[in-house]
Amino acid sequence: MSEIKVDRVVDARGSHCPGPLMELIKTIRNAKIGEVIAVYSTDSGSKTDIPRWVEKAGHQLIGVYEREGYTEFIVKKVK
Amino acid sequence: MNGQVKKEKLSIIAFSGTVDKLYPVAILASGATAMGMDVEIFLTFWGLNAFRKDQLNKPGKISKDFEEMAPLVMNVFKAKNVPHWIEMLRQAKELGNVKIYACAMTYDLFQMKKEELSELIDGVVGVGEFLEKAKESSITLFI
Repeated sequence: MSEIKVDRVVDARGSHCPGPLMELIKTIRNAKIGEVIAVYSTDSGSKTDIPRWVEKAGHQLIGVYEREGYTEFIVKKVK
Repeated sequence: MNGQVKKEKLSIIAFSGTVDKLYPVAILASGATAMGMDVEIFLTFWGLNAFRKDQLNKPGKISKDFEEMAPLVMNVFKAKNVPHWIEMLRQAKELGNVKIYACAMTYDLFQMKKEELSELIDGVVGVGEFLEKAKESSITLFI
């Protein structure tokens, strides 16, 4: 897999449902189209909520990765 | 969003004034704004009482049925840095279209004043007006 260039990192570890999603939304609003955002989350709800929101909002979920003790979501702002 | 004519809406009648009921109100409101829905909250009775500034400065109460769990719940919330429910609502208001109304009857009966209530409250409305707004909702909850 080729290396993904991440433009912004949202470290929402320790924040609870729906905190990481809310932080992603705030960040994506301030981002430019084409920017790639990584969200770190320890909240179980993020695993369903972030992909669902990304789909609904029309952005692109590049990947979901299980890291050591947290989950990383890579999202591209497409509009 | 997505060129939709009308946004979906969540309406909540917040009747309870204990933290174990106010958190669901705040979390559902946050989740709904995150998912692009409008939110309207109608605060009545204990729900409105909880939005009084003097109450907000006090430690929250938990439902009587689960009273013995209160210390455990409070310790977990503190240890896990869960923000106060009023802060969650403030964030939801910053992020989306969240309107919070005080029930006119409770407001009048207990002779409340606007300045005694949280500034998150958008106005005082009667039950008729709230129902008129709520009938267009996709989801309506009584908490």
